[in-house]
Formats: sequence, structure tokens, C-alpha cells
Amino acid sequence: AAAMTMNADLRRERAAATFQPLLLTHILDGGAERTRRRKEIEALVLNDPDFQHEDLNFLSRSQRYEQAIRKSSLMVMKLREHGIADPEEIFWFKSFVHRGRPEPLDLHLGMFLPTLLTQATPEQQDRFFMPAWNLEIIGTYAQTEMGHGTHLRGLETTATYDPSTQEFILNSPTVTSIKWWPGGLGKTSNHAIVLAQLYTQGQCKGLHAFIVPIRQLGTHQPLPGITVGDIGPKFGYDEMDNGYLKMDNFRIPRENMLMKYAQVEPDGTYVKPVSDKLTYGTMVFIRSLIVGDSARSLSRACTIAIRYSAVRHQSELKPGEPEPQILDYQTQQYKLFPLLATAYAFHFVGAYIKDTYHRISGDINEGDLSELPELHALTAGLKAFTSWTANAGIEECRMACGGHGYSRCSGIPDIYVTFTPSCTYEGENTVMMLQTARFLVKSYTQVSSGQQVTGMVSYLNDLSRQRIQPQQVAARTVAVRINDPVSLVEAYKARAARLVEAAAKNLQAELNHRKSKEDAWNRTSVDLVRASEAHCHYVVVKLFAAKLSEVTNAAVRAVLTDLCLLYALFGISKNTGDFLQAGILTSAQITQVNQHVKELLAVIRPNAVALVDSFDFHDVHLGSVLGRYDGNVYENMFEWAKKSPLNKTQVHESFHKHLKPMQAKL
Amino acid sequence: SVNPDLASERQTASFCVEKLTALLDGGAEQTRIRRAVVEAIQSDPVFSRENQYFQTQNERYEAAVRKAVHLQKKMHEMGWTENGPEYKYIYRALSGDVAFLLHRVFMRSISVLGSDKQIAKWIPLATQLRLIGSYAQTELGHGTYLQGLETTAVFDVATQEFILNTPKISAMKWWPGDMGRSATHTVVFAQLYIHGKCYGIHPFIVQIRSLQDHSLCPGITAGDIGPKMNFEAIDNGYLMLKNVRVPRENMLSKFCEVRPDGTYVRQGSQKINYFTMTTVRISLISDEVLTPLMKACTIAIRYSVVRRQSKLKPGEQEAKILDYQTQQEKLLPQLAAAYAFHFINDYLQELFDRGYREIQRKNFDMLPELHALSSGFKAVITHHCTAAVEICLRACGGHGYSLLSGLPSLYTKILASCIYEGENTILLLQTARFLIKCFMAASAGQPVPPSVTYLAAVKPGKCPAKNKSDFLSPDIYTEAYQHVAVRLITSTAAKLQDLIQSGAKKYDAWNQCTVQLVQAAKAHCHYITVKNFAETVEKLETKAGIQRIMKHLCDLFALHGIFSNTGAFLHDGYLSAAQMDMVTASYLDLLAVIRKDAVPLVDAFDFTDKSLNSALGSYDGQVYQRLYEWAQKSPTNKMSPAYERYLKPLLHNALSKL
Repeated sequence: AAAMTMNADLRRERAAATFQPLLLTHILDGGAERTRRRKEIEALVLNDPDFQHEDLNFLSRSQRYEQAIRKSSLMVMKLREHGIADPEEIFWFKSFVHRGRPEPLDLHLGMFLPTLLTQATPEQQDRFFMPAWNLEIIGTYAQTEMGHGTHLRGLETTATYDPSTQEFILNSPTVTSIKWWPGGLGKTSNHAIVLAQLYTQGQCKGLHAFIVPIRQLGTHQPLPGITVGDIGPKFGYDEMDNGYLKMDNFRIPRENMLMKYAQVEPDGTYVKPVSDKLTYGTMVFIRSLIVGDSARSLSRACTIAIRYSAVRHQSELKPGEPEPQILDYQTQQYKLFPLLATAYAFHFVGAYIKDTYHRISGDINEGDLSELPELHALTAGLKAFTSWTANAGIEECRMACGGHGYSRCSGIPDIYVTFTPSCTYEGENTVMMLQTARFLVKSYTQVSSGQQVTGMVSYLNDLSRQRIQPQQVAARTVAVRINDPVSLVEAYKARAARLVEAAAKNLQAELNHRKSKEDAWNRTSVDLVRASEAHCHYVVVKLFAAKLSEVTNAAVRAVLTDLCLLYALFGISKNTGDFLQAGILTSAQITQVNQHVKELLAVIRPNAVALVDSFDFHDVHLGSVLGRYDGNVYENMFEWAKKSPLNKTQVHESFHKHLKPMQAKL
Repeated sequence: SVNPDLASERQTASFCVEKLTALLDGGAEQTRIRRAVVEAIQSDPVFSRENQYFQTQNERYEAAVRKAVHLQKKMHEMGWTENGPEYKYIYRALSGDVAFLLHRVFMRSISVLGSDKQIAKWIPLATQLRLIGSYAQTELGHGTYLQGLETTAVFDVATQEFILNTPKISAMKWWPGDMGRSATHTVVFAQLYIHGKCYGIHPFIVQIRSLQDHSLCPGITAGDIGPKMNFEAIDNGYLMLKNVRVPRENMLSKFCEVRPDGTYVRQGSQKINYFTMTTVRISLISDEVLTPLMKACTIAIRYSVVRRQSKLKPGEQEAKILDYQTQQEKLLPQLAAAYAFHFINDYLQELFDRGYREIQRKNFDMLPELHALSSGFKAVITHHCTAAVEICLRACGGHGYSLLSGLPSLYTKILASCIYEGENTILLLQTARFLIKCFMAASAGQPVPPSVTYLAAVKPGKCPAKNKSDFLSPDIYTEAYQHVAVRLITSTAAKLQDLIQSGAKKYDAWNQCTVQLVQAAKAHCHYITVKNFAETVEKLETKAGIQRIMKHLCDLFALHGIFSNTGAFLHDGYLSAAQMDMVTASYLDLLAVIRKDAVPLVDAFDFTDKSLNSALGSYDGQVYQRLYEWAQKSPTNKMSPAYERYLKPLLHNALSKL
């Protein structure tokens, strides 16, 4: 049967677009062929009856976990049936199966198996890899403890070597040392790679990884000495059994320590690892995924909010005329269009990091690691910058949908709760910003001592030239042309230079007053975070502007240029103080910037729906009644609500239990 | 026993915590009454919230109904009445987790909009809970813009009835609390038609469920609207009406009446009614907005002195995370905001009480100002506090993400306040309209209401501060805030004039300036908040260290506002670049000062552990132990069918056959 007809407003919006959304989709996917393949894989999942289920919003947490486990096991099987092996294709398949949500086998597939590949000896791989590949062994990666997260050296779990039995004795010596949060640990896994402080011959050798069986194969009961369970309800991640693990004199054979790098010999002699810069690479890779996820999650929220704003009519703009689409209000455009521009910006940043990572990984194999420290420092900051921005942006999109955004049927609450932990995991954002700041200060110090720096921080080189003049670095007026992305990149560059210099100088001033380096660092950390943010902001503007020249289709390039300008100008209008204080822009220019932002809103307005259509989220993946492609919002809200668990019976049992007896008594 | 890391924080308090609590409560006697109510409620197991994070929506709803029924009994037992001094603390003690809240709105709307006869008929029934009421205004297609509502009520002279209909899907009533499953009656807002003519929106009492078996009445379709971000305990509902007939007497008729022959009569002034609606926006601030923020600050700050992470100095113990400047910069401004908004709320309450007295004397002069203040402050406070709770949540790292921290549910609850009782952007634009009008009047030398007289006394100039300590002078920063507010209002008014003079239609000019208008309205409210905080501090008693610590918080609130919005203050050179560096330095210095009193400052909010319902925020700081024990009670730790059904076949080699 034909689906409902498309909402007239959306049909009109789509007809009025000045460019072909499909061409933009190709750019986002990295080519027409990638788009084709993505849609092919999407169809495999969406047409598979095994992957259908009731709306998850109506299920309890236990039921959601159960659904996820069911789908995950089928997923692993079907991936092999379909012969899908490319990492990006696996990612697509997985995210269609789970509609962008986490799933209980994430850590098994994403951490346990890869860690075996990179850190296990050939003998260990023989013992563990195939059973794990075939899911006889399901593993997780148990690093975070109740008392320690990002600061790894503080972990308290111990693994003490006993040469008499050639075993490690694992212990959770305090409450705070209980492993806490690892995904899949609570109920799903029967093994875990546990990070613990290694003690041998009476000495602590720091953190090492151990393969620890936690549940009995066959019965799935916890092994003696192991206490394991689910950490309870969370904001989101309902389908994930994040778990706890407490070990009580639990013994594992010596051969269960991952020994490709560091080793403990049978007599307890510790053999140091050869330096291992590859772990840098893994971190860069995971953080690049988070940048991509920031872009995707924000794109989903924008898609929902912008389509809904084109469908919703409210109040009046002109007396006597019909109620306008809420997307016609300047305040609504001001909420949503800068976020739309941000989503595009982050897409291009994510792609850039991924490409750079792949390029450098090639070099790593040939031994050239020179670019790695900068990339590592840069991705720490960009992970924080993009995830913070996207986190706030998703909430703004939800708010822009008014009351209906608050209903689970809007899908935005789910996007938010699924996304928001990325501000914390894989490195807490403030700590990440400070890592980037450390690199920036180091680069600044190099420049001050007359050396040249390269890459994204090369703007700091200008500082030495500036020093001849008595003025502050950036206190020269850049001739900023507010219609030119390239010129705006210069303005952002000047702002970053000024804030890096200010932070570095404040740090030096603190050092001059105090003894401890750590204290001085702490007392400057707010400035340092600001400097990092300005640096990341500059990088994002720069990458977005650079992307424009790669776009061949004129209509697409025009609309992306509007978005790029909006992104850059909006960023200035939100941080006018930085640009004014440093004398990069005058008050008159700021007024022009604010005015131009508003003009751009009107320019982008006719293309808004086409721009979110280009993200190409399937309705099933979007999971939103408000964001449906066909725009038939209200009818489907009603259909959705009827399925609510409170509506299962015509009269709720509370009536018989509580209301009726009370009314009888009165 | 109390965690020593938390205990040590309390030993060094610079002020008397109990005295501050009394100040917040409005007197020691109020503190005593509040504690007695909280104790009575929280010692009763029926009101326990311990399991709520584990419960499904159905379980939460059922518990809320049970609590509502039990509360009737409890009030009777304790001798609490609706007019007694205890009443306002009951809701706080329950943390709002109780059904039939809309029943109270139902009653209030009848009291305000009903005739004496209608009040005499319905209020006793409602008071005894012989019926359960709701309040059905919002529709699927319309919220804040009431004139757009589409439900119809057509008067039928022949039968002396109104015929109510939901003409299309977007006209369905959507969101009203207690309506999905509980309510037997509701006040429906509908477009009144008589003899084919529309008279606009009017309220009608409609029975929707049988008083006998609770089944839906003929012509009624109603149910729950499904899961939301929070309010699991509340059955927000939908309602569709198909030729539902109600007697003529069911239209609430204090202000408008339909005579038997269909004559429409207006009577009395609606202004009091209008004022009541305005009051609701102010009355929600305390319980729905300030309390969640104060709780979130309590949880995050206590946890931040228990949590130790990484080292500040080599060789020392790991540092409390509150000792990191970045953590202070996240949390302490939120703490200062909680106090700033507490005091502005006191100010608004007082102003509204005065307004009420004036209005009863038929003096309506204050109405426009009160309306503007209630709209603007509702928007500014809900927005600011919502963001603040989210900052607290994220400042607790991974553990903040656990429902057991209490923070996610505080956040998802407070954020609804940005939308209900008027969407914030629209409210700010209403305030802006008032400001522009007053500015025009002031420029023309006409008198303006007290809160905006500053618009008349515009004096250009520069900030006189010479060094960073000058920025600890309330005169200096209050004037800076005033300057920014004046500048934004003036420039927006000028822009509007320009557009209109260059030929733009009024409404078009307005829409083109709305982004600026919103900023102007915010700046106005921010200025008044800072000014009020400074004036309040001035009047505090100097004993017991209260005034000193409140002065620090006032300075922090003001300087944080400048620090996070530097451009507004630099724009026309009111502050110079060098002065802005002084602001930053002064602001960062204050963080370290307030850090020392952070825990006593949240202790003064005086929440019991049961009120906080948080593993991270309890008074004794036994965070990890509590988290571990509580998690084990999670239903997911009972044997799940997932193992037998899915995991077992998986682990038993399903894949090796491939």
C-alpha cells in the first residue's frame, strides 16, 4: 500500500531547494560509490525480519537488554554470512541493526578482540582468539574503577605474581578498586581483559593487562572469587550491561598476562616492554570516531528539529495571515541554523582526522612517527571541543521542538542520553583540553626560544616576528573581510595566538611566584582550557573553509559556503569579547558580523530542509516521529502514544487498587 | 561515620551554617516547621523513593497514585491543612513525586474562573476527591499561542448544551497531567461558537470517565501520551472529543456567560484572572527550579571533595577534584547562581504580594510591569538553572551518568520548566516588548515603572575601575550591568525605528530584531538580579559571617556573568581590554576563596539524604559503598531470561557451525 502522502509543507520546502541533496550526500559519504554501498548495507538490515522489533521506548531496561543481545548475536552471524569485513561497513551494519545505540557486544568486538590482536603473544592468540571470534568466549575490557577513570595511574586493582604456582593473584583491595562501568561486563561476558597494577618480586611494575575468566563456561555462573553484576540504571545505555567486577584472591595462570610487550618470567623476573608508541595510535583512532559521532549525533538532532519546524505552524507573523511555519521565525532560525552549520563542520573535521590517521599509520609502519604527537594533542582537544558543542547542540534542538521534543517519540532525548557520555569516556573533556594546552604551551615555548613549529600550530611562529614590535601579538588589526572564509580563518588564527600567548604568559607569571609547577598549572588551567578551545575552533573553521575548494558542483559549493560563513561568523558573535579584547575586530565590525549572521539565516532558510535531507538518515535509524521524512507528525504521534504501556488496559489497575477504595471510604 | 574528606570541609566553615539555613527559610521558625514536615513524610515508608530509579513507568504511576491517596490520610492525621504553614513544605518533602497535581490546577481554575454557584458545586466534590480533575489546555498542534487552539464548543439552544468536538488530529488535547489514566473530569479550553459566530477561547468542565467503573464516557477517547524524559509518575494524557455534550452550566462563567437564548455576556474585569496566570510563573520558581539546582549543587560539590583524582603535587595524596581550578570554575558559579536566584525570587514574591494587594484595591497600574517581570524571570531563571544542573551532572564524570547519582532525573525534570507555563523565547519577547515601550516612554519624558526607571537616566561613560580589587565593588559591576542593559535596549529600539522608517512593516521589523530583543530582555533581568543580590547583601546582618560569604557569592555571580559574556561589556568600550583582564583575575581569585566554604554553603540548603536520593551526594560522603550496595539491588541483577534465551545458544557454539 502506498505510504501516507508527504506533508505539503515539506514537499514545498524540497521543491524550493537550490541544489541536489544527493550530491551533498556523496560528499559526506566520501563518494557516490560509498553512498551506494552504505544504502545497500542499510537495506540488508532493514529488510531482514530478524532485526524488527517493538518500539524500544515502551520496553523495560531488562527487555531492552534482551532485545539487544538477540540482535547482536544475529548480527555477528549475519555479518559473516554477508561477508562484510571492512571496518567501516561493519560499523554501518552495526549501527543500522542497533539504530545508533550501544549494544552488549561492543566491547567484545571493539576492545577485547583488537587487544588480543595487538597485545597477545602468538601462543595466547592460539588459545583465545578463535574461541572469542566464535563467541564461545565473550570478553570485555575492564579498565575503569569506581574510584578512578581518566587518571589511569591511580587504578588500584592488583595482580601479584606467585612464582610457587606460577600464577597471578588478582585482588580488588578496596571498594574504590572495584571495576565499574565496563560495557558487557555485568551480564554478558565470560572473560575480561583486566588492567591491574603488577607486583612481582615485591615491586610494583605499573599497569598491565590480564585475561581473566569471570564466568563458568556452560553455566555462565560467576567463578569462585569473582563478584560480578550490572551497575544499575543509567541516563541512557539501557541496552548495555555496564558492570562491576570484584576479585578476591582470584588466581590465573602466568600465561594469562598479555605478554607481547612486557613479560613476567616463570621465576618472577620482569622484562620491560620496548617503547610502545602505537597506543597513541589507538587513542587517536578512537577519538576520531568520537568526532565523527559528534557530527552524526548533531546531524540527527538537526534533521528532526528542522523538519519538525517546517511542519509546525504557530502564532502569527503578519496580522490576518495563516499561522506561519515556526522555521520562519528569526529566533528559531538562530537556534537551529548555526547548529546545522556546526554539524557540517564536524563532519569534515571527522573525515580529516580519519584520513590523517590513515596516512600517518602508513608512515608508522615505516617508522615515521614525527606527526603523531601533534595529531595526538590535536585529537584530544577536538574530541572535547566537538563533543561539548554537539552535546549542547542536541539539547538546543530538543528545546527548539518545544513540549513535543520532551516526549520520547521525538527521538532527541534518546540521541542526547546516548551521546552525552562521550564528554566523559575516552578521556574526560576538561582533561583532554588540558592535554592539548600542554602541547600548545610547549610549542609556544619552542617558538619563544627561536625554534620553528610546524602543522596546525605554525601560526605561533608569527609570534617571534611580532616581538620586534612593542605591541601584544595580536594587537594588530587584521584586515578582516567578513564575507570571505579565508579571511575569517585569519581572524580565528589571531584569536588562538592571542589566547595561547596569554595563557602561556600567565603560566609563566605563576611560575615566577610559586615553587611548584603543578600548582602554577592548576592556577592557570581556566586560561589554558580557553586557549585550547580557541585553537580547536580555529582548526574547525580552517578545515571547513579548506573543504569548499574541493567541491566541484557550483550549487553545492554555494550552499556549503553559506554554511561555512555562518559557522565562522556565528562563532565570532558568540565570542565577541575575545575578538574585541585582542583588537582583531572593531565594535563596528562586530555589529556587521551580527547583522551578517542574521542575513545568512534568511539565505539558508530555503535550503534548510534539503540540507538535513542530505544527511540521509533513514526513518528507522532516526527513530523520531517529529523528524519523519514524510512530515506526517501529528497522526503518528497519536498512533505511537496508543502503544504506551500505561495504555495496555482501558482502565489502569491503579483504579481498582487505590482510587476506588479511597472513594468508597470518603 | 562521615567520610573524613567531607568532615574536614565542615570544620573550617567561615560562617554559621544553621543561621544561613534560617535565612534561606525566612526565619528559624520556618526551618523548624519545614524539618517537621520533611521528617513526618520521609519516615513514612509509603512515601519512600528508594526504588524509583528501578521502576517502570507503570510502577512509577501506580506508586504516585498510592502516595496521593495516602497523603490525604497523612494530612488528616497530622492536622495539616491547605491553608496551614506546613502545606508548602509537603510537596518539597515528596520531591514532587505524587499524583493529582493537576487536580489542584483544576480546583484553582474553577475558583478563579467559576461563578459562585459553580464554585459551590464543584469545589467540595473536588476537595473530597469524589472526582479527580485535570486541566486540558495544550493541544497537539498548539501550546503557548492560545488563540490558535482548535477544539470547538458549539452552543445548542434547543437542548441548552455545549457540543464539544476535536475537529482534527492537531486539535487533540495533549500533555495535560493526570488525564491519561486518573482524571474523571477536566477543564477543557475550546473556541466557543454561538449561532455560527466564534467568541474565542473559553473553559468548560467536561466529565471524561465514569465515577462508577472509571470507563471512558461516550464520545471520549483518552489515554496516556507515552514515555517522556521524566515525569514517569504522571500520566500526561491525550483527549479526543466527539460530539460530547455538557450542560450550559458547565462553562466557567465568572467573566463570560452564555444566556439560555444564546446571548453572550461579558462581566467583570479579567485583569485579576490575568494576574493569576502571571503569578503561576513566579510560584513555580522555588519548587520546580531552585530546589533542583540546589540539590544538584549539593550532590556535585559533596562528591567533588570525596572524589580524589590525579596529583596536584608530586609525592602527595591524590587531590580532591574540587581543588582543581577547572572544577571550581564549573561548580562554584552555579552555587552562586542558586543564591542569586533565591534572593531574586524573594524579591519577586514580595513584589507580587504587593501587586495582589493593589489589584484587590482595583489598582491595576502594576500589571504590565509584573507581567514583564514574571515572563522575563521565568525564562531567565529556568534557562540558567537548567544549564547549571547539566553542568553539575557532567562535572561528576561517569558516575553522574548513573541514575543512582540522582542528577539525571533532576536534569530531565528541571528542563521541562523551560517549556511549560510559556516557552522561554516567547516570554523573553514579551518582556522585550515592555522594555521597548518603556524606553520610548522614558525618552519622551513620560513616567515609567520602578524597575525600568534606569532607562531614563542613561549616562554614557566608561567604567572607572583602576585595579582588580575595584571589581569587588558592587557599585562598579552593577553599573556595568546597567550600562549593558541600557545599551542593548537602546540599540534595539533604534534598529526597530530604522527599519520602520525605511519602510518595513511593523511585524516584519519586529521579527528581524527578535534575536537582539531576546538579548536585551536577558540583559535587563541579569542586571536586576545582580542589583538585587548586592542590595540584599548590604542589608544582611554582619554577625556569624553570613554577610561576608554572601558578598563573595554576589561578587562571583556578577563577575562570572561578565567573564562569560565579555563581548557585551567590551563592545562600546565601557570596559577596556585591560579592565577585562582585571575582571578575569578577580573572578579566578574568588574561586579559591569560595572553595573553602563550598561544602558548608551546600549544607545550608539542608536537604536530607532521602530528599537528595543520590549515591554521590549523601551527607556522610560514603559514596562508593553506597553506589556498590545500591547497584546490587537493580532488577537487572536478578536472573535475566536473556541468558537462557539468547546468550546460552550463542555461547554454546552457534557460530562455530558457520
